[in-house]
Amino acid sequence: MLDGLYQEIILDHYKNPHGKGLRDPFDGEAHHVNPTCGDEITVRVNSDLSEISYDGLGCSISQASASVLHELLQGRDAATASEIHQAFVDLMQSRGQIEPDEEVLGDGIAFAGVAKFPARVKCALLPWMAFKDAAVRAGVEVGVSPEVKA
Amino acid sequence: MSFDVEQVRKDFPIFEREVNGHPLVYLDSANTSQKPVQVLDVMRAHQERYNGNVSRSVHTLGTESTEAYEGARARIAAFIGAASPDEVVFTKNSTEALNLVAHSAGQHLRLGPGDEVVVSEMEHHSNLVPWQLLCERTGATLRWFGITDEGRLDESGLDELITSRTKIVSLVHMSNVLGTINDISAISARAREVGALLVLDCSQSVPHLPINVAELGADLIAFTGHKMVGPTGIGVLWGRYDLLAQLPPFLGGGSMIETVTMTGTTYAAPPARFEAGTPPITQAIGLGAAVDYLTGLGMEAIHQHEQAITAYALDALTSIKGVRIFGPATTEGRGGTVSFGVDGVHPHDVGQILDALGVEVRVGHHCARPVCSRFSVPAMTRASFYLYTTTDEIDALARGLDQVRKVFG
Repeated sequence: MLDGLYQEIILDHYKNPHGKGLRDPFDGEAHHVNPTCGDEITVRVNSDLSEISYDGLGCSISQASASVLHELLQGRDAATASEIHQAFVDLMQSRGQIEPDEEVLGDGIAFAGVAKFPARVKCALLPWMAFKDAAVRAGVEVGVSPEVKA
Repeated sequence: MSFDVEQVRKDFPIFEREVNGHPLVYLDSANTSQKPVQVLDVMRAHQERYNGNVSRSVHTLGTESTEAYEGARARIAAFIGAASPDEVVFTKNSTEALNLVAHSAGQHLRLGPGDEVVVSEMEHHSNLVPWQLLCERTGATLRWFGITDEGRLDESGLDELITSRTKIVSLVHMSNVLGTINDISAISARAREVGALLVLDCSQSVPHLPINVAELGADLIAFTGHKMVGPTGIGVLWGRYDLLAQLPPFLGGGSMIETVTMTGTTYAAPPARFEAGTPPITQAIGLGAAVDYLTGLGMEAIHQHEQAITAYALDALTSIKGVRIFGPATTEGRGGTVSFGVDGVHPHDVGQILDALGVEVRVGHHCARPVCSRFSVPAMTRASFYLYTTTDEIDALARGLDQVRKVFG
């Protein structure tokens, strides 16, 4: 059953994260914490999403998710970023009932298995929620506010 | 009579189940313990045959319920060596007991600027946040003992830390993260010397060690039912009676009063003064049954069993490459709670892989974030043992950790 959770793609992103490290300049920054497990992430964005940088401490799921977010959203326009953000959140809240679209989600499809572990959905969403807040602070409206249930 | 763990396990129906296709290996008793049929049966029988509200009914059911509830109080008092059942206050849990003390003792001592409260870096949040709140309300200052690299309380600055300004010292008796059992004799003596109250959070010690409050050296202690084979929703505050008698109430309501008029109220004597509203009756009776169960096996025998399991576990964990133990390295002055890290793997991932193998451990900061910070890690993995833990289960944990290293290797 763990094969669904720890996909090779996720472990690869965890071991070799893309775009990790905080960079200047930026227009908006947000720091999010998962109080139950202590995972932390800081995300910085530019108002045109040309740069998305991040740094964090946490489990393989949260850190790989940040890496995938960077890969999927950096350099996109706000409308496309919003669509991808929505697709990822929907996938995570599907309890494994949604077949993800690789065209939209790229490596993000590897997180389909995480949706079957309710306790880990928060881990996967942590960077995405931090990104959304950082984007708002940079003047960009992206994505949705999901009800995250532990 | 020697301690027979296989016989003990037969009392716990949960061990018949599987988790994710594997036999249940429950290594999370510091979080909450499993319950034997002896406790479950008593609670069910009470609800089915004797249910009535306590301390107020003239009828037979109310009387029987009250007798069972007060009988549980008396047995719990005897279990911890209290001078009288009236020294045992039922609360919801340890957290509520400690909040009660922070409020009532804080008010009784008229805490204010210049006064100090001393805790330690080793505290569970339940014995830290109520004191932070008290200090915020009153202007008193919070100070604390640090932790040594070995995971012991750093008492090197004892005389500078506990001074004439200190009004309350509140410490964890056994750490829920490091497993350290604090020898509080020097601290107790110092607290007495300066006239400070000594409160002990015994959530992790009362379930596992023979405790006698007459010899402990504390003025007040808190513990909780669900960690000692009893139900959730019931905790205990024990206090010296003369001290309890001086403390003002915490929560107001039914049962805690003497007389009530529209212009004012006088309060009942302890323990009723601190038990406003209908208490968790069935849970208190369940805790009484839990205490009977533990007494039947003998707390010293339980402690010896856990010491043997802990020694076995420390040995097994130390021999796994990349595993680092936080806390005392030997069983001396430590109980059966062992926290560790696996090199390069986040505890959340360790816990997930172990769960897939039926091994239930806790991961995270264990409601004691400053302890994790002290050892510069965001989280830890914790295996904790009890009277029903076997060496086979420790072997299953070790095999699980091999699997963790394979996945993340």
